[in-house]
Amino acid sequence: MQREVNGSRVNDFAFKLANVNGTGSASANGLLMQAIFRMGIPVSGKNLFPSNIQGLPTWYEIRVNRDGHTARTSEYDLMVAMNAETYARDVREVRSGGWLLYDSTWPLNPALARPDVTFLGVPYAQLCNEIFADARERTLMKNIAYAGTLAALLDIDMDVVQGMLKEKFARKPALMDSNRKAIELGFAYAKEHFECPLPVRLQKMNANDRSILIDGNTATALGCLYAGATVAAWYPITPSTSVLDSFTSLCAKYRTDQETGKRRYCILQAEDELAAIGMVIGAAWNGARAFTSTAGPGISLMNELVGLAYYAEIPVVIVDVQRVGPSTGMPTRTQQGDILSCAYASHGDTKHILLFPANPAECFTFATKAFDLAERFQTPVFLVTDLDIGMNDWVVPRLEWDDAYRPDRGRVLSREELESMPKFTRYSPEDELGVAARTLPGVHAKGAFFTRGSGHNKLGGYTEIPDEYQEVMDRLARKHRAARALVPPAVVERRSGATIGVVTVGGCDLAVREALEELERRGTRADYLRVRGFPFGDDVEDFLATHETVYVVEQNRDAQLRSLLALETSAPKEKLRSVRAYGGFPLQAAQVVQGIERASATAYPATKEDRS
Amino acid sequence: MSYIKKPAARHPSLQPNKLGLTVRDYEGSMSTLCAGCGHDSVTAAIVKAFYELDTPPHMVAKLSGIGCSSKTPTYFLSGAHGFNSAHGRMPAIATGAAAANRELTCIGVSGDGDSLSIGLGQMCHAIRRNVNMLYVIENNGVYGLTKGQFSASADIGSKSKRGEPNTQAPIDPVMLGLSLGATFVARSFSGDKADLVPILKAGIRHRGFALVDVISPCVTFNDHEGSTKSYLYTRQHQVQVVEADFVPPASEITASVAAGGATQVTMHDGSILSLRKVASDYDPTDRQAVWSYLYERQRSGEVPVGLLFVDERGVEMHAASKTVDVPLSKLPFEELCPGRAALDALQDTYR
Repeated sequence: MQREVNGSRVNDFAFKLANVNGTGSASANGLLMQAIFRMGIPVSGKNLFPSNIQGLPTWYEIRVNRDGHTARTSEYDLMVAMNAETYARDVREVRSGGWLLYDSTWPLNPALARPDVTFLGVPYAQLCNEIFADARERTLMKNIAYAGTLAALLDIDMDVVQGMLKEKFARKPALMDSNRKAIELGFAYAKEHFECPLPVRLQKMNANDRSILIDGNTATALGCLYAGATVAAWYPITPSTSVLDSFTSLCAKYRTDQETGKRRYCILQAEDELAAIGMVIGAAWNGARAFTSTAGPGISLMNELVGLAYYAEIPVVIVDVQRVGPSTGMPTRTQQGDILSCAYASHGDTKHILLFPANPAECFTFATKAFDLAERFQTPVFLVTDLDIGMNDWVVPRLEWDDAYRPDRGRVLSREELESMPKFTRYSPEDELGVAARTLPGVHAKGAFFTRGSGHNKLGGYTEIPDEYQEVMDRLARKHRAARALVPPAVVERRSGATIGVVTVGGCDLAVREALEELERRGTRADYLRVRGFPFGDDVEDFLATHETVYVVEQNRDAQLRSLLALETSAPKEKLRSVRAYGGFPLQAAQVVQGIERASATAYPATKEDRS
Repeated sequence: MSYIKKPAARHPSLQPNKLGLTVRDYEGSMSTLCAGCGHDSVTAAIVKAFYELDTPPHMVAKLSGIGCSSKTPTYFLSGAHGFNSAHGRMPAIATGAAAANRELTCIGVSGDGDSLSIGLGQMCHAIRRNVNMLYVIENNGVYGLTKGQFSASADIGSKSKRGEPNTQAPIDPVMLGLSLGATFVARSFSGDKADLVPILKAGIRHRGFALVDVISPCVTFNDHEGSTKSYLYTRQHQVQVVEADFVPPASEITASVAAGGATQVTMHDGSILSLRKVASDYDPTDRQAVWSYLYERQRSGEVPVGLLFVDERGVEMHAASKTVDVPLSKLPFEELCPGRAALDALQDTYR
């Protein structure tokens, strides 16, 4: 955020690539991101893509930061403007003193010129037309060519790039040849015509030795695989589709019987989300670890049966990769707009366990945890992630797995236990968590009972008697409260001399922590807390109690986390000040700094939003 | 129909089946439906079918949605695990249950509101998926629990209790099932247990989705003159086209074709049952011929009943999903989790 604008800056800059959707730019951009990762430099890539398959504008942003601040920033040092349709906007967005790389096959509209930006033209189309014969190849290789130019301008290690091409195209020598040619073409042109490298450039580090490059949806799928989930039911929806795509390919790889070719899993593409959650409930009722993955619109549809799973006490795991709502909203943009709808999903008194990962590494561990909690508490558990975490590649520490792990299946009666019992009743007696033992169909005749979403008493029998109904509902509330000690604890970072507290959730993590450093430079010290689970634990309660003013940073319009804190903790809502950004792009530190400064300058309840 | 508990005493004449269980062991709690409800007859047929098949009750998963019909799983097989789920959602829940444990026998009981309105989509997709289950629709053309609205199976012109005629075309589960590729399609009448029991037995043993549409009159809201789902109307219009003959213990389901001309049978309540015997070349394994035949007969006002179509070559859900023979819910964790070494190796590719 605070950086020298002119002069040399190593491993601390951002660039943006403007492309046309469906032209193959994703491979070029992924290649750049991966090359920087392999150079050992902290890096992030944000794909800002349209809800479209081909033809609309799409952008990719890469930020490198030696200190690990890799939240999104919109302060671009360099723009790669490969889409004539968005030139005007792209030119405008480069910071003063920055650079713009464009295809100079066609002259740039002089009206777009900016005296404070250096324009670097490379005639990509012309060069590619000379070398490549096939029309599609010409389009694809233009992108690879600009990657070559960037390698020269930013000092990307060409050995790393060549190594990557070798891995990628080991079995496709023709493609290998084209890609190498294109890279070299762009590289050579830059070396010949520009002063390379630019003052903003890269230099090898070793920050990533124990890290991997992974998106959250893949990590979530891995977590489900490692948790032993055998049934997954889903309906395709952006941005959660790749959870099931990954789960499918992982299962094919690790769960296919070598001899028979048979599968130790069953993936059901349902007709809609109503059915998807129904299938998961049926499978979990019958003893399988089962999950579904969806986004906000799917959560809306699942509301009905989530209530059934809650009331009948069936352990299901629901992954919600949040996107921008309401309604269809902006399917390819990120938001944290489902916090409240997940927390209280369904009609009547319902309350659920939520887990909020901040990055792919937590997606992995929390996905596994979600199954343990669901079965321990016999209830739905939501893994609430978002498009930014789910679909973008993140640099995270290598995932750890303990081979001693065994699933916590909760209280499930075995055949022997049932045999020795005089009589089984479903919803009593309860343990210290408020959970009663369940049975699985087909285990023992004594375990048979009627699962129902209609009013039932603690024995599992149908009831319409007020006291009997309330007795069960009260236990469900106790059960939910008991989960506060078992959800992942909040992450708390305290600064000595802190005067304010800042609370956030999920993918806001990096931007908020970067913002707190900036605030400290500006003279305000803040303690930090990141909520990772709901119901809120004592750590959250203590944090709120020990700070006079707490800024709640989140990505939705209605301050949903703040509302949940106001409802579910004893903190007076006056002390909870709201900072929000919800336009659909990943959060930036600058937005947080600005938001906190603005909120602190106004007395409560000065803004309409704060009065809500 | 009655809240008086049945005595636990067993009549010495009750014959045990191969498991040593009598028909009483396949019953459930006392029905709370109206006296004379067709659904209670279906329940009795289900009890008989499972008893005669020597099925261990705890190996049965009985599922339902919401509605009068969906209450009935409480009234049979008290030794089976039951799931009274949500309106129209039983097919999905049964699909998941079948996916998790393929050793269980799944039976779903639904109604015309549950299956043909709110749950139409789920039923269709369960048929397409060919989930291995017996799916019984207790079809009375009316919403009972909400007091007499037309359902989606009400025929055009059929009159409500208040006398208003239905104007919307009915959804016929049999024709729908045939068009969706159902591998077992039957229609029966709750008043005809002799026909229904063998159909249910065959449906339980069918590998794949067995759709059984049972005309089951609602004595309270749809048994009046002008209704096309009344006892009288059904008895007067049903036509036995195929008699199902199920031979235990296991193997063959034979669908025999009744041959000859029309016969009139006087029923015990005095109504007339018109039986129109079908042409001897009726082939219950020829989907297109069955569809055409039913279409013609139904257009002329008849209600063809019997095991109408069966195809044992269908690929049921587990076969299509290539799942292992062991129920997924019984797989040991060691066979599911790839472990640390595999994770390390995999992560070497995430660089």
